[in-house]
Amino acid sequence: MKYCVLVAYVPDTASIIKIGGAGNRIDEGGIKWIISPYDEFALEEAIRLKEARGGEVTVITYGPDRGSTGLRECLARGADRAVHVMGGEATFGDAFAIARVLAAAVQKAGPFDLILCGIKGVGSDQSLVGAMVAELLDVPHVSGVVKLEVGEGSLTAQRDVEGGTEVFTAPLPCLVAAHKGLNEPRYPSLKGIMAAKKIPIETWKPADLGLDEAALGGAEATSRWLKLELPAAKAGGTILNGEEDPAGAARELARLLRHEAKAI
Amino acid sequence: MALSSLDLYNVEELYSEDERLVRDTVRAWVNERVMPHIEEWAWEGHFPRELIPEMAELALFGSTFTEYGLPGLSHVAYGLVMQELERGDSGLRSFVSVQSALVMYPIMTWGSQEQKDRFIPRLARGELIGCFGLTEPDFGSNPGGMRTRARRHGDRWVLNGAKAWITNGSIADLATVWAKDDEGTIRGFLVERGTPGFSTVEHKGKYSLRASVTSQLIFEDVEVPEANRLPLAAGLKCPLSCLTQARYGISWGALGSALATFHATLDYTKSRLQFGERPIACHQLVQERLVWMANEITKGQLMVWRLGRLKDAGRATFVQVSQAKRNSCWVARECARLARELHGANGVVNEYPIMRHLMNIESVYTYEGTHDMHTLILGEHLTGFPAFMPPRNEG
Ligand SMILES: Cc1cc2nc3c(=O)[nH]c(=O)nc-3n(C[C@H](O)[C@H](O)[C@H](O)COP(=O)(O)OP(=O)(O)OC[C@H]3O[C@@H](n4cnc5c(N)ncnc54)[C@H](O)[C@@H]3O)c2cc1C
Ligand SMILES: Cc1cc2nc3c(=O)[nH]c(=O)nc-3n(C[C@H](O)[C@H](O)[C@H](O)COP(=O)(O)OP(=O)(O)OC[C@H]3O[C@@H](n4cnc5c(N)ncnc54)[C@H](O)[C@@H]3O)c2cc1C
Repeated sequence: MKYCVLVAYVPDTASIIKIGGAGNRIDEGGIKWIISPYDEFALEEAIRLKEARGGEVTVITYGPDRGSTGLRECLARGADRAVHVMGGEATFGDAFAIARVLAAAVQKAGPFDLILCGIKGVGSDQSLVGAMVAELLDVPHVSGVVKLEVGEGSLTAQRDVEGGTEVFTAPLPCLVAAHKGLNEPRYPSLKGIMAAKKIPIETWKPADLGLDEAALGGAEATSRWLKLELPAAKAGGTILNGEEDPAGAARELARLLRHEAKAI
Repeated sequence: MALSSLDLYNVEELYSEDERLVRDTVRAWVNERVMPHIEEWAWEGHFPRELIPEMAELALFGSTFTEYGLPGLSHVAYGLVMQELERGDSGLRSFVSVQSALVMYPIMTWGSQEQKDRFIPRLARGELIGCFGLTEPDFGSNPGGMRTRARRHGDRWVLNGAKAWITNGSIADLATVWAKDDEGTIRGFLVERGTPGFSTVEHKGKYSLRASVTSQLIFEDVEVPEANRLPLAAGLKCPLSCLTQARYGISWGALGSALATFHATLDYTKSRLQFGERPIACHQLVQERLVWMANEITKGQLMVWRLGRLKDAGRATFVQVSQAKRNSCWVARECARLARELHGANGVVNEYPIMRHLMNIESVYTYEGTHDMHTLILGEHLTGFPAFMPPRNEG
């Protein structure tokens, strides 16, 4: 079995976000970068499948230089091969352009029996790339998977829906977008980190895939980030001190709820 | 997975990609697996033995070696592991230090092939816990005076004596014990749990390293086969060279403790409001203390980084290691004290990590050579005059 995992290297969810220069990107100074958390589930699932039934796990990222650090971490956790498609500046935030690059990279690196990705990439949270890659590759996909069983030539995948569970079967090759709950991702081991140092990362450019990044981000672009705004600062709450006059505080609370918050 | 940490001099750039990944991995593990419980464990005096399999899975034991499938970390990466463990708790770091630097190191350095094959893989997997017995009730700073004796009878040795203050003592499966033979030469023995005449007693009532086990080891006519003697170890320089390994890790670890108390204090002083509803961090007196901490930590980071690179090149001296151990423990102790002050009353309760670090660092300041002993080592290095013995009255 050959597994491919699409991994986005994204700002740490614990980072403090500031808006940068042109107002349509975040200020990347001082940001820590991490493997997008949903992609960790995708990677873990691929590694477990490999451990259980053999095979090879390839990780692919599309992004600037720093993406290789994320790939190293994937190798340290147990991936066998890593491909870095260098670029992404012109196509930033354009899910379809990114999906075109990734689909072409999957095609060149493949063939694969199973392609895994995260349900959404931290930062833009659009949940588009997985489905788009699957369509471009003309393979079926199941998105938001919390349980996966891979058999001979087909898979069974479960999704949580409100109040129940959906169960899908699909033929291989197939793309699966992982959701939280699929598994508990492992930590890389120190041994894995040292072993990963010895694996070369294959570096491609969109041009190596027959794509022109400038065109993807220019004439062929499907979306652009125009403007980012931080949420309005939260107003400080009102604290009623009820220690000396609890009945008065309760009356005041009821008044505020009725007249200010209009909650009652 | 990384959280930001004090880095005023961009030391981050001095580490390689894999060194950073090692650090971030251990940091994430400590944050998720240790921090939610450590105050309770310390309060209850509980050593989290249940974490040993996870630590082994991460390959934290003997991580600088390459043999037996061990990771072969650089010494800088190993130092960062120690830093992150001790940012969590000094007791946890002590456990890994002992297993790696004081048990696996002497076996790898002076052990026979058979001893290595028998013990190293199981120590690495955490199936065996090790301890290191050098200190005795009456010999701490001056271990060369030890009374524990090993007498040879054919292919067996008979050990008599007692060791004190031994980390992991009563939970250890394998004790590295240093004893004098009939000629007065110090030799190393691997004493296995359950050997008749070998018993342990836990030191009760510790206010420090409460999440770590410390015990006495007692030897009453304990028979140890010659096959369990470290064949290549002879003389005090052997246990001292183990201590140099462990002290190196402590020089990084103690900075982890300092980082923990510093960051807790930075957060606290920015959110604690006094006098006109202003954060106490607005006051010059408070800033002076924060700056002192940050400044000393920064100097310490550069010192241990340089020491690590020298060690990777095989050029670090024991005097340099003494200097770094002495400096880092002093910085961490001062940081804990300042952190305690700046947390006010909250600095004495276990809702904040301060008092635990403050109490822990007292042990770290004392073990592996007290601050004073390292002063004397450096003093001798600078002046050429050893000042360990008290001056004689020659009037
Ligand atoms: C400031 C900022 C900087 C960013 N920098 C990078 C970066 O350098 N590199 C990067 O990869 N992402 C980066 N991202 C994330 C990236 O912008 C999004 O992942 C991308 O826009 C995809 O859009 P999406 O939300 O539709 O993806 P989604 O559809 O939500 O993503 C679904 C899944 O598709 C896969 N995927 C998406 N994008 C990629 C990719 N580029 N490479 C491999 N797999 C992918 C992942 O498995 C992901 O979980 C950054 C985000 C922000 C906010
Ligand atoms: C929690 C804990 C865990 C430990 N774990 C281990 C372990 O795993 N294995 C092990 O072998 N040991 C261990 N130790 C023991 C530790 O190494 C000793 O406590 C340490 O070496 C100091 O010895 P001592 O306590 O006998 O103090 P002493 O040597 O009695 O020193 C008391 C004071 O006198 C000072 N002093 C002594 N001599 C001189 C001098 N010549 N000039 C000036 N000042 C001097 C010292 O600096 C110190 O301030 C541990 C200790 C603790 C607290």
